[in-house]
Amino acid sequence: MSYQFDFYSVLDYAEVLQQGILMTIRLTVIGAGAGVALGIFGAWARTQGPAWLKPIVSAYVEVIRNTPFLVQLFFIFFGLPGIGVQITELHAAMLAMVINLGAYSTEIIRAGVAATARGQIEAGLSLSMTHLQVFRHIILRPALQKVWPALSSQIVIVMLGSSVCSQIAVEELSFAANFIQSRNFRAFEAYFVSTLIYLAMAILLRQLLRYIGQRFVVQRRTAVSTRAVAILSGGQA
Amino acid sequence: MIGFSLWDILRNLLLALRWTVALSLLSFLLGGTLGMALLFMGNARSRLLRKLIRVYIEVFQGTPLLMQLFLVFFGLALFGMEVPAWLAASLALTFWSASFLAEIWRGCVASIVSGQWEASACLAMSHFQQMRYIILPQALRIAIAPTVGFGVQIIKATAVTSIIGFIELSKAGTIITNATFEPFTVFGLVGLIYFLLCWPLSKYSQFLERKCNVAHRH
Repeated sequence: MSYQFDFYSVLDYAEVLQQGILMTIRLTVIGAGAGVALGIFGAWARTQGPAWLKPIVSAYVEVIRNTPFLVQLFFIFFGLPGIGVQITELHAAMLAMVINLGAYSTEIIRAGVAATARGQIEAGLSLSMTHLQVFRHIILRPALQKVWPALSSQIVIVMLGSSVCSQIAVEELSFAANFIQSRNFRAFEAYFVSTLIYLAMAILLRQLLRYIGQRFVVQRRTAVSTRAVAILSGGQA
Repeated sequence: MIGFSLWDILRNLLLALRWTVALSLLSFLLGGTLGMALLFMGNARSRLLRKLIRVYIEVFQGTPLLMQLFLVFFGLALFGMEVPAWLAASLALTFWSASFLAEIWRGCVASIVSGQWEASACLAMSHFQQMRYIILPQALRIAIAPTVGFGVQIIKATAVTSIIGFIELSKAGTIITNATFEPFTVFGLVGLIYFLLCWPLSKYSQFLERKCNVAHRH
C-alpha cells in the first residue's frame, strides 16, 4: 500500500467538525428530551389512557419500530411537502428523532409500568388519589428506575442514528465529515476522525446518562415520599 | 410527458426489495458466524483476547453504521481495490451485526447457572466441549427470541446502505421519487413494504419469547 495518511489535513477543518459536533448534540438533546416525554405520555396512554387512544398509540409504536429511521426521515422531509406541509430540514430531522425515540421509549417505559405491583396502584387509589396522581407518584418513578439502562442505550442509539440526518443536509457531524472530504479529498481520514468523535460522544453520553440516572431518577426521594413508598408497599421499600 | 401509475412505482420497489432481502440474509448469516466466533473468543482464557473482543464490540456498537460503511468503502479503496457498493455494504453490516449478536448471545450464555459450567468441568470436558454440549443447547432456547428480534434491526439497517449507493428498497424509493415527483406516495409505499417485512418478524419474536420462556414464568 503506497497511500500516505494525512490526518493534519482533516484537523485544518477543526471548526467545521466543531460545528458538526454542536449540531449533533443539539439534535440529541432535543430528540432525547422530547422523545422520552412522548414515551412517558405513550406509556400512560397505552396502560391507563382512554380506550380510543390505546389502538392509536399501539399502531404508532408498531409502525415506527418496524420501519427504518432513514425512511421516516425521508417521508417527513420529502413526503410532507408533497401534501402541502412545508418543513425545514432541521425541523424535519428533529421531528423524525422525537417521533422515532418516542415510539421506542413508549415500549420501554411501558414495560416498566407493567411491572408495577397491582397492590401499589390499589393502595394509591384507596388513598383517594386520582388515576393521574397514581401514575405520576406511584407508577412512573419506579418504572423509570427499572428501565433506565434500556432507555439510556436507546438514547445512545438515537444519537448515533442522527448521522443519517446529513442526507437531508442537516449540518451535523457526518455532514461535516462529508464536507471535509469533498474539500481535501481525504475521505478515509475525514470519516475516521469523525468516527472517533462519535465513539467518544457515545461513551461520554453513556456516562452522562448513568450520572443522570443515579442523581435524578433513582436517588431523588424526599423523606415524605420515601415514607409513603414504605407504607404503600407494605414496608418493603 | 411519461406518466407513472401506482403499479409502476410498486413494481419497481418490489424489484428492489430483492436486494434488501438478499443483503439482510447475507449479513445475518455472516454476522452470525462472526458473532459466534467472537462469543467463543470472548470466553477464552487469554485476557488480551477477551479485552480485544470488548473493544471490538464497544467500537462497532458505539459508532454510527453510516460511518462504518464509509470507512469500509473508502478504506478498501486505499488498497487500490475497486469496491462495489454491495461488497462494502455487506462487509460493514457483517461487522456491525456480529458485534450485536455476540453481545446478545454472551448475555444468554451468562444466564446459564454456573453449576452447569462446574459440573461439566468436573467431567473433564474441554472449554469447547462444555460450550458445545452443555451450555449452548440451553442458551439457544433463551437466545432465539432476541436473535429473531435482531433480524428486524438488520433489515432496517440495510436502508442506510442506500447512502453509499447500494440500490435496495430505500435507494429505489429515492430514484423513483426523482422520476415521479410523488415523494409522499413513494416513501409511504417504501415504509409500508419495510413494515410488512419487519412486523411479522417482530410478532414472531414476541411469540417465541412467550413460548420459550414458559419455564421461567411462575
